[in-house]
Parts: sequence; structure tokens; C-alpha cells
Amino acid sequence: MSNGVAVLGVGMHPWGKWGRPFVEYGVAAANAALDDAGVAWQDIDFVVGGETVRNGYAGYVAGSTMARALGWNGARVATCYAACASGASAIEAARTRILAGLSDVALVVGADTTPKGFLAPNSGERWDDPDWLRFKLIGATNPAFFGLYARRRIDAFGASCEDFAAVKAKNSLHGLANPNARYRKAVSAEEVLASPVVADPLRLLDICATSDGAAAVVLASDRVARRHTTRPVTIRSVSTVTPRFPNVALDLPDIATDSAAAVAPPETGFRPSIAAAAYEEAGLGPGDLDVAEVYDLSTALELDWYEDIGLCAPGEAEKLLRDGATSLGGRIPVNPSGGLACFGEAVPAQAIAQVCEITWQLRGQAPGRQVEGAAVGLTINQGLFGHGSCVVVSA
Amino acid sequence: MTASATVPAIDWFTSGATPALLGRRCGACGTYHFPPTAAWCANPACRSDRLETVELARRGTVWSYTDARYQPPPPYQPPSGEHVPFAIAAVRLEREGLIILGQVASGYGVDDLSVGTTVEVVTEVLERVEGVDRTVWKWRPVAPLGGGGA
Ligand SMILES: [Zn+2]
Repeated sequence: MSNGVAVLGVGMHPWGKWGRPFVEYGVAAANAALDDAGVAWQDIDFVVGGETVRNGYAGYVAGSTMARALGWNGARVATCYAACASGASAIEAARTRILAGLSDVALVVGADTTPKGFLAPNSGERWDDPDWLRFKLIGATNPAFFGLYARRRIDAFGASCEDFAAVKAKNSLHGLANPNARYRKAVSAEEVLASPVVADPLRLLDICATSDGAAAVVLASDRVARRHTTRPVTIRSVSTVTPRFPNVALDLPDIATDSAAAVAPPETGFRPSIAAAAYEEAGLGPGDLDVAEVYDLSTALELDWYEDIGLCAPGEAEKLLRDGATSLGGRIPVNPSGGLACFGEAVPAQAIAQVCEITWQLRGQAPGRQVEGAAVGLTINQGLFGHGSCVVVSA
Repeated sequence: MTASATVPAIDWFTSGATPALLGRRCGACGTYHFPPTAAWCANPACRSDRLETVELARRGTVWSYTDARYQPPPPYQPPSGEHVPFAIAAVRLEREGLIILGQVASGYGVDDLSVGTTVEVVTEVLERVEGVDRTVWKWRPVAPLGGGGA
């Protein structure tokens, strides 16, 4: 690849509920990624942090926090906030600086320590903050939005709660052997269906937890990468697109959609447009994929992603799942890491963790969850407030 | 007997017997906006600032629905002090081309709803602050209780 950027090193701090400062996790992940790359911290010329902004607990993560913790080395710095898409934005910042020839080797880090329970908005009276208002006026938590989307699948496509439960069962088996996963226990569909309803039709075990964790990648130009490896894993594209007007899907955390009264909705909705932009930039399509990591904030949402990344037509995700196509050993395994079902979400680290997993898969370094012969992989998620997040990686 | 004071918790809807949500309609292209805080048109091909505040259709159809079995975190406060599970609906207004979220009127649950159910805007108490009931909009199925989906 003439314009490729190599993923030279990847590393994580295991996900869990450790209750320690996020900086500890970030430094552990950064050191692991630097070791994996065979690059010294002093040789990093650009450091980017994925940031979480949540008041009320220790959640301020920035590039400079990591640079200071690793020991000031004079590298240039940037910090990206794009909610769940923060990690992809951080990767894109590093990648574009390398592609422009302004950096040789960059470190991207995301780390988080999360509170217990529902993710809540900032405190205080915030009558001009839509995220605060959806809690204040409606009591609409994140799971409530996941419930709305899940109900649409049932109504429009005939999905069932058994289908949703089968996603969790699949992912729980995928994550069994993943040393970085928080939950490494087989969960049966029956157990999911026996767990209490949180936001109809979704149950407790359909919805991902929040976790502490950290992930890091070292990115490098082709020239630097060739000094370290003969078989670099390459980032083929990154999509951080925004929606096109009118966005007629009700996206978290909005109280209302755009109006389609004057302008017809675009042919491709926001979520599928995220993947479409990544495919176009990579010159690849869904048929080229060997493996994918998708953001399963809920079990039903994983099924939405199958369609949004083009693995099947709208309405066919349940069949793809039931046929075993997305299980390890199937045609296109999805979430071999175990996904958010086994990790729980550590917001600024999660999109970076997805890229770590795909890198291990493409290198053949995912024992117990390896997708044999995987050569092309995709990661995708959607950050609040209109942030696309998709990375295509090839061996 | 004195009627207790009642005011909208936020100026996004009208009160009275037939409350309506308020939106802003673009005078140049006809795009609607909710909440009615838009200062210019969201249509990127228009961007006019000639917006007028209008009442939105009182009735719409359910696009999707869910419920809250557990008490949401603050700033949400259960009106009665104790959490009672409530339903939430995203409702599509045909003319406006908008989908708007709201709680479902108390007494109604997910079993009273289907995608496509016709609902209308009502107001209910969100919270009582210093003796004043502050209200919020909710969606109420048009069919009577126990009458099934619309
Ligand atoms: Zn306009």
C-alpha cells in the first residue's frame, strides 16, 4: 500500500471494574503497545488521547495526561472527544498526520474508569443541554434508546427475544479465551431470557455493562514500519462521517429527529453511511471481510450492524445469526473478541480496543478465538451527537 | 378549594385542555424543528433564519416504544417520589416529518402500544417545586384503556 499506515503495535489493560485511576490503565496499555511495536516511547513523535468528558468522577482523559504519565518526551499532542467514537477520531488524527508526512510514529491511547449503573449526564441544572434534558423531562436512559431500536427489529423484521439472547450466547463463547475480556463465562440464551427486563424488550443480559479498561495502538508510516516488520497490518480507511440531513433515525441522545417535511431523507441512513464511506475509501466491500468487530451496546444492536455494514440485506440479520455465519467458524465471524457483551464499555478506549482485536486476528495472534486466515477486518460504532466510527484493516 | 398552580416545566408546549407541542417552521423551505429552540434552519441547503413558532400536530403514530423498569438516574425524579415503571414512545408526526420522544401517559404500558398506534399529546406533572406543579408533555393512546392498540 503506497498510502498505508501500519498498525505497528497494539496493547490493552484488561477490562474490569478495578476502581483505580484511568491513567494507570492507559500507561499499561501504552507500554504494552510500545513493547509490541518494538518502539521506544522517546521515538514517539505524536501522542493522541481519546477523551471521556463526564463530570462527577475521574474521567478526564487527554493526550497530555498520557504524555506526562509516560514521561514528557516533547511529542506533539492532540485529544479527541467523540463520545463512543473518540478512539476512532484519535486514530484518524494520528493516521492523517502520518499520511501527510508530518509524523513517523504515533501513539494513540484511550482509558476510562466508569461509575456504577446507568451512564448519567452532567450534574447541575442544564436546561440547554439536550443530554441532560432527555433524563430530566423523559427519563430516557441509554438502554431506553436500545429498547426502541430492538422493538423496531421485532415489529419490522419479526425478530424475537430469543434471537437477541442468541447474540449474547454467541459472544459469551467467543470471549471465553480472551485474556482482556471482563466476563469470561458461557451464558446460555435461557439465562438471558430469565434475566429481568430493563427496557422492554431488552433484558439485563441483553445490555452491555460499563467497565474500566484501556487500549493503545502504535501507528507508523510505511517507511518506519518496514524497519520493524516484514508483514505490517495496514489501516486501509477510517470513516468518521457525520449524518446527512435529514437524519430521520432517532439517535441517542436526541429527543427528536430532523424533519423530513421539506427534504426527502437520504437513500442511505446514517449508520450504513458510516461503513459505506469506509468501504469506498478502502476500495473494498462487505464481501471482502473476514472478520468484524461491531458495537454491541445491546444484543439487538449487533443485528442492526450486520445490515448496516452490508453482511446481509435489511431484515436478514436474524437468519445470518441463526445460520451460524457470524459465529467463530462461520462465514463472517462477528465480535470474536466477545464484543461489548464480554468487555462492557470503556468509552474512550473501546473503538481502539476494536482495532487491537482486528490486528491480533490478522496477525494470527488470537488463540482460542482465532478467525483462521483472516486478511481483512472491519470495526464499527457510532458515537453520540453524530460521530461515525469505522476502521478497515488488512493484513 | 383552590386550584394548584400549574406551569410547563419547559416552554416547548402549550397547556390547557388541548395541549400541543411547539416547533419552529422555516418560512423559506418548510422544514420543522423540535425542540422550538432552533435559531436557523437545519436544512443545509437553506439555512434561513426566518423561523416561526407553530403548534405541531397533536396526534401522531408510534414509531417505537419501550419502558423504564428501573429508576433512571438524576436529574430524573419520579413525580410521586417512588419509582413506578413508565413507558416511553417515539412518535412520528406525518406532516412535520418529525419523530419526537416522550413518556407515555401514566396508566398505560407497553402492552397498550404497538408500532403504528395513534397517540396524542397530553400534559402531566413532572415535578412539584415550591407548591407549583411543573408539567411535561406525554403521549396517550387515543383508544380507551383496555381497548387494545389503535
Ligand atoms: Zn429552511
